[in-house]
Amino acid sequence: MLGWIAFSSLAGTILLALGGLASQAPPGDLSQIFVDGEISRIVRHTVLQAGLSTLISISLAIPFARALARRQKFWGRALLIRLSSISLIIPTMVAVFGIAAVFGHNGGVNQALNALGFERIFSIYGLKGILIAHVFFNLPLATRVFLSVIESLPGETWRLARQLGLGPVSIFRYIEWPLLRSVIPNIAGLVFMLCFTSFAIVLALGGGPKWSTLEVAIYQAMRFDFDLNRGVELAFIQIGICLLLVVLFSSTRKGFSFQATQNRSELRPDTNHSIARIVDILIITLLGAYIVSPLLAVFLKAMNPALLQIIVRADFIQATLSSLIISLSAAILALSLSLPIAFLYTDLQRKGAARKSMLLDIGSALILVVPPLSLGMGLFLLLRSMAGLSQLGLYLVILINAMLAVPFVLRILQPAIYASSQQVDRLSASLGIRGWDRFKLAYWPNIRKPVGFALALAATLSMGDMGVIALFGTQDLSTLPLLIYRLFGAYRMEEAAVVAMLLCLLCFALFWFIEHLIGDEKSSDAQS
Amino acid sequence: MLKAEIKIRYDTLKIDCSFSVPAGTGAALMGSSGSGKSSILSVVSGFYQAHHSEIYFQGQRLDALEPAERPLTILFQDHNLFSHLNVWKNIAIGLSPNLKLSAKQHRLVEESLDWVGLSGMQGRKPGTLSGGQQQRVALARCLARDKPLLLLDEPFAGLDEKRQQEMRDLINRLMQEKNLTLLLATHQAEDARQLCDQVIEVEASI
Amino acid sequence: MLPHVNKLSPYFGLILLGLSFAVHSGDKPVLTVYTYDSFSSDWGPGPKIKSAFEAQCDCELKFIATDSSTGILSRVQLEGENSPADIVLGLDTTLLSRARASGLLATHGIDTSALKLPVPWQDDTFVPFDYGYFAFVYDQNRLTEVPGNLDALAASSIRIIIEDPRSSTPGLGLLLWLQAVKGDQAAAYWSELADNIVTVTKSWSEAYGLFLEGESDMVLSYTTSPAYHLIAEQKSQYHAAAFAEGHGLQIEVAAKLKNSPSPELADAFMAFILSDEFQAVIPTGNWMYPVTDVPLPAEFSQLVQPERSLLLNADEVDASKKTWLAEFNRALSK
Repeated sequence: MLGWIAFSSLAGTILLALGGLASQAPPGDLSQIFVDGEISRIVRHTVLQAGLSTLISISLAIPFARALARRQKFWGRALLIRLSSISLIIPTMVAVFGIAAVFGHNGGVNQALNALGFERIFSIYGLKGILIAHVFFNLPLATRVFLSVIESLPGETWRLARQLGLGPVSIFRYIEWPLLRSVIPNIAGLVFMLCFTSFAIVLALGGGPKWSTLEVAIYQAMRFDFDLNRGVELAFIQIGICLLLVVLFSSTRKGFSFQATQNRSELRPDTNHSIARIVDILIITLLGAYIVSPLLAVFLKAMNPALLQIIVRADFIQATLSSLIISLSAAILALSLSLPIAFLYTDLQRKGAARKSMLLDIGSALILVVPPLSLGMGLFLLLRSMAGLSQLGLYLVILINAMLAVPFVLRILQPAIYASSQQVDRLSASLGIRGWDRFKLAYWPNIRKPVGFALALAATLSMGDMGVIALFGTQDLSTLPLLIYRLFGAYRMEEAAVVAMLLCLLCFALFWFIEHLIGDEKSSDAQS
Repeated sequence: MLKAEIKIRYDTLKIDCSFSVPAGTGAALMGSSGSGKSSILSVVSGFYQAHHSEIYFQGQRLDALEPAERPLTILFQDHNLFSHLNVWKNIAIGLSPNLKLSAKQHRLVEESLDWVGLSGMQGRKPGTLSGGQQQRVALARCLARDKPLLLLDEPFAGLDEKRQQEMRDLINRLMQEKNLTLLLATHQAEDARQLCDQVIEVEASI
Repeated sequence: MLPHVNKLSPYFGLILLGLSFAVHSGDKPVLTVYTYDSFSSDWGPGPKIKSAFEAQCDCELKFIATDSSTGILSRVQLEGENSPADIVLGLDTTLLSRARASGLLATHGIDTSALKLPVPWQDDTFVPFDYGYFAFVYDQNRLTEVPGNLDALAASSIRIIIEDPRSSTPGLGLLLWLQAVKGDQAAAYWSELADNIVTVTKSWSEAYGLFLEGESDMVLSYTTSPAYHLIAEQKSQYHAAAFAEGHGLQIEVAAKLKNSPSPELADAFMAFILSDEFQAVIPTGNWMYPVTDVPLPAEFSQLVQPERSLLLNADEVDASKKTWLAEFNRALSK
């Protein structure tokens, strides 16, 4: 019941906003849009680009997660995993500079090649640059999810594998792959949607308008041509295509369950395999460098004289505070929306209600494919009669950030809750433990880790996002990403670089803090 | 008296059965694995909705009741304990779903632990116990809950002969002290011989 | 630990409540001005203009900032006649037809004879508040052979970064600049220029930032950009290339809304725009030229002064920009 309420308020808000916009600017015959060929070309290019981005992100995440699971002890492992969690949240403009600083014409890679006597040959601008950026954003997320799936395998599995003498290949084929295959569609769907709706990246690194997405076309229609009807039509097409592809992805999903147990990866029989060791070291070094180097570039850029001035400046402190408030409020809201939905989802899956669970799946991810401009415009139309709309900016930013975080939170919580439910539901039902008691006593100890991760991710995601409301005007709203954009806009690149670095640091600290606060088990025993 | 009439249609599984177990006696559901013994127990305990079922205990119709509302306790092959809760909590949670116990209930937990011979193990987590000890903790909870009908789903699977006998003895004593009615799913004739007054052969028709 | 989170959440609620009260202020009359973000930001001209105007009006000047100048217009168009705005500040010349056609704007009744624009200005709705020229900016330490006109640029192997006309003012500015110079040959020129273009960014900030990082030799910006480096950073290596064909002109304007809730204040502000106090803030606030004869910082004399200012007729722009954009898209998508 709670689940349906949470779900309908989530999906309802989006549908109301879209519906309001569509009634204001009714779309015409959608099939007509493809006649001029331009839109078909954009769709073809976008599908290709997003498909490749997804494919590469996922195919690199699998060996990366595996290597990290096998190498439990090396210097900087925890740091690498945590650092990679913040690549997803960096404002796109900062990420563009970070990536250019590494892979660009004047970037580290080319300077190194130059020093080795090569001509400068490597140019990222074009499809390459888009893929590099999209993989930079999405590889870490996929890796973290895959790693937690692999690490959830119980010790008995590894003991059995050891006893049967399974090598690295058999372990992958018979133990890890079946498990990963069950979560890949979910994550791939998410990555695909994120890449499909990319805007600033496809332009800045795409080398020109060739790789423009539908998102750009929607912006053009709504802002450049002020043709709302066409904007709505394109928005519907974008939503339709994404949902269709996500349905296709989901239909390949297999039922799965993994127990929330202690990490027993040290029992793996393949950690001492010599080829595996070399391969792992290679993978971790290369992909680790790939993820960390743009971040490092952002940090190095910030080592300038502006650093000390900024951290004590009132505008910076004020923006930091609003960012913290927004991110924590949005994260808590996102979690409160997602938990009931995840329980409902588990319930539906166990009852075999495939259609309803797919509805839930799609409905909760809808927000990712609704163009921000049309969502913002729709919400604006819904709320415009309210007095003082501009003062509501903060609340709207919180609401929208929470909604945007829900698909991520759900994808982390669902598998954990599903797995726990198999362990505890029958027993709880037979003992009459229900409601809050069941959550607190039976579930919580099993899901606190993923909840901590989900909350931390939601908080950092909301920290990095400006919110669609910035498109429509606010008064006195200042967040760190907005501050960065404003500093860039005022030529103050050095100061912007400092704030960008501080934003990353803050996200990193926040991530670490929340994950420990919620996810650490010691404190739970202290209660008894 | 437990009276049951059950029809199950699930994929290839097809069961039509009716049986009755007089109060204070035991009945064994016997049959090869996959024959549907567990399904019958699931229907009686309320975890599985059969195509058709009419289940009465002491004249009360059970079918519309939630598992926890039924006058019964069930012990599964596994997952009888919450692995993250210690022994004491695992028993206590059967008496009060929020772990808030009265003084009397506190004593009840102590007594039942003592009864299964595990006094002093209150603080241990299930993972640190042997399989036999784990099942005895679960049995202690059955005792503490004090429901008149006991359902057992292959509860001795995975235990060695000696532990199996210990469990059978415990259950025998439990039945006599509490005048329990027992429905047991097993594939071992020995279980039926020692604990039950009648055997119900289960054979799924295909 | 969840209970801990629950214990904290009321505090967040309180903080939020506190913030929402904080934005309410006394009962002075309020003038609401819609503008773009970088105008009202701490580094833009906004704060100084706010305090200067408030000192003389006994009112509160409230800026509502959207992401861009099209954002301003979109918002008032969506709000229609119920808009709480008194003034829109920051529309540029490419938006004038659309803004006028919305029917939401009032005539200003201001004496604009003091205007000192490169082109004659006669308009009863829009009052210009600053202007600037689009130009390609370079770093003399990295680029020594500077092209003197558009054709030389296209013929060279100089690498440039430009902005997308769909999402950025300078991007659209370049599109119109080329149109003004090349006319029917604009599409062909885009094709020639294509191999010089490293990339096309969503906004000015990305383009300029990438240029400063050394990703290109030149970047599409304003003739006034080097002034920032001269005045704020004391760096003299950045220059705008002067092109013989002339430079695209951008004029930014303000207008009063027909349904302005405080029409008298709005009139007062429209007049204030041409005052010295407002105009003096523009050069180092918005890094653009003021529209009246206020003294300029000395460094501005080092800037390129275009020989010809190119500005297309607003109605012509409105009628054809879709076609021109399609040509741009086609030429650069090959």
